[in-house]
Amino acid sequence: MVETSYYLVLAAIIFTVGATGVLLRRNALIIFMCIEMMLNSVNLTLIALARQWGNLEGQIFVFMIMAVAAAEVAVGLAILIANVRHRQSINIDEINLLKW
Amino acid sequence: MDTALLFDNAVVLLPELVLAVGVMVLMMVDIGRRGQNGSQLLAGLSVAILLLGIGASVMIWGRAPVEYLDGAISDGFALSVRLVILIAGVLGVLLSRNWFPAIERQGGAFYSLHLLAVIGMMLMGTATNLIVLFIALEIFSLALYILSGFYRENARSIEAAMKYFLLGAFASTFFVYGCALLYGAGGSSKFTQIHETLATGGGNPSLVLPGIALLLVGFGFKVSLVPFHMWTPDVYQGAPTPVTAFMSVGTKAAAFAGFFRLMMTALPSFHDQWAMPLAILAVLTMTVGNLTALRQSSVKRMLAYSGIAHAGNILIALVAGTAAASSAAAFYLFAYAFMNIGAFTVTIALERQYGNENDVEQSRLAGAAERFPVLAAAMAIFMLSLSGIPPLAGFFGKFLVFKAAVEAGWAWLVVIGVLNSAVSAYYYLRIVVAMYFQQPEQAGDEKEQPFVPASRSSVFVVVVSVLAVVVIGLQPGLWADLLRGLGQ
Amino acid sequence: MASDYLPLLILILLAAGFGVIAIGLPTLLGPRERNNQKLEPYESGIIPFSDARRRFPVKYYLVAMLFLIFDIEVIFLYPWAAVLRDLRLFALVAMIPFFIVLVVGFLYEWKKGALDWD
Repeated sequence: MVETSYYLVLAAIIFTVGATGVLLRRNALIIFMCIEMMLNSVNLTLIALARQWGNLEGQIFVFMIMAVAAAEVAVGLAILIANVRHRQSINIDEINLLKW
Repeated sequence: MDTALLFDNAVVLLPELVLAVGVMVLMMVDIGRRGQNGSQLLAGLSVAILLLGIGASVMIWGRAPVEYLDGAISDGFALSVRLVILIAGVLGVLLSRNWFPAIERQGGAFYSLHLLAVIGMMLMGTATNLIVLFIALEIFSLALYILSGFYRENARSIEAAMKYFLLGAFASTFFVYGCALLYGAGGSSKFTQIHETLATGGGNPSLVLPGIALLLVGFGFKVSLVPFHMWTPDVYQGAPTPVTAFMSVGTKAAAFAGFFRLMMTALPSFHDQWAMPLAILAVLTMTVGNLTALRQSSVKRMLAYSGIAHAGNILIALVAGTAAASSAAAFYLFAYAFMNIGAFTVTIALERQYGNENDVEQSRLAGAAERFPVLAAAMAIFMLSLSGIPPLAGFFGKFLVFKAAVEAGWAWLVVIGVLNSAVSAYYYLRIVVAMYFQQPEQAGDEKEQPFVPASRSSVFVVVVSVLAVVVIGLQPGLWADLLRGLGQ
Repeated sequence: MASDYLPLLILILLAAGFGVIAIGLPTLLGPRERNNQKLEPYESGIIPFSDARRRFPVKYYLVAMLFLIFDIEVIFLYPWAAVLRDLRLFALVAMIPFFIVLVVGFLYEWKKGALDWD
């Protein structure tokens, strides 16, 4: 049996990669994908911990995160499309009407 | 399993259930209406549903706290926060009624999302379980992302929604990662169970501190603590002003309620570890919020930075971490709801006067007292209350929070808080001075604009807010007794 | 330990063998005739008319979003269906509000015209 800590470290690495992607990439769609990746690393964490504790709450939590992630993508795509209609671009460097 | 389990203690969630059924009714009415008519009916229906929700909260007020299916509790703190959120919801709907060009067509969607946001916020205050807490957070966040972009003709509104969404979703991942680690530490998603496991020396205590740190990022974003506050002014300025008014109060109340309950029921044994970082965040939040508010030219942005500073004040109560502090925070939020929504309502009324669509520059307020004496007087009251001048509601909110903090041994933090209040008085009073003592620059130009009467519902909101700010200020003891903290 | 994986090895061999037979036999035995129709990507299907990597209408996003929401609800139905036999009435009653919410949402998107293509 693989130790739980291995899963936790792997999840932490995936989470960090996703977070780095959010901070560095300029394409809003790719930022969405990075956020999804971070959520999935959390899912991995929860599954590993649920196995360690031997209870189901972590797995139920994973279901909820999946459903929420789907809703989040739907809302995000809608906002993205509305934004594209205004400025024909999904580059977040061009989102600059509001500052200071 | 016994089916009765589903219905035992379901009364805990009565206000949420009333609103949930109400939302579905609202959606059905929306698809039933023909063409462009009936958006006023939808607004009336939403207000009625929210008032029913308030009625339901009052009905279960004062009962012994019971828990529903290990997920939600109906203690005094949850009810107090619910009341604040429902009031903010009612005022928010009243303000939105005539504001949008698009509300005639899409009123159903707007009010449904508004009520859904209220449901999520209320759940946040009652949640006793990490899963419920996360879902509550997402319900109101998702609704608010859409609401802040609802003024679709305006590029700034869409941009605000985009920023809010990207940063909000990013912060949510930190939040849920924190929840996952806390679950790993305590072996349960239930707050009390986590506390028991950790207090008896079980579990994985090494996961607690990383968990707290990640949760702090998530909560810090929602209540806009420095350094997670960068989105706040942009979103507050870009979002439709009625939505800004509602969310500035609702989000703060909900996120702080969840934050308080999580820290004080799941992690009280780690108070020594988390109190100091939170105290530093509180100092940063108050100072940066107030200093940046000094140099804002837009009224909405100024109110956004003032909101950040107020979040710092409320955070002081959490640092103290006592039952008295949590009831002080509930009182603070109650007072803040009225004075902040009131200030935004006056902003809406002034927006109409100056023909600017979604914002007011502070420079245009010069001489406003002559042209709009009533609005200026109301604005002055809200500004004085926000800066914490006695005997208005805002003063007693600050007073109770600071008192609880001193009693818990955080006198140095209170000193910084008081100094910050002094700084904040400068920019609040600057607006009052501009309205009453300055002359408009191009007097002739201003006079030519016709007077646009404020809508009846925003007049109502201003009147209610002024009355509430004054009455709470004159009779603080009454409300302080009514609003309960955790474990009271 | 290693013997635990024996069924897996047999499965892989069987699958590979099936593939070899399914592709190999027609190649050996079937008649061979090359003409234009035979060489099309989809014989007797729709004739391809352009490059696959082109911009497509934004309406697809709307359909995708709506599909995503309702599709993902299935993850709650699978575990529910798996334990329905044990939980009996409890599970049935617990699922009713969930379905009402789903149906209300579906009615709303339908009547609001989100499913109309034009």
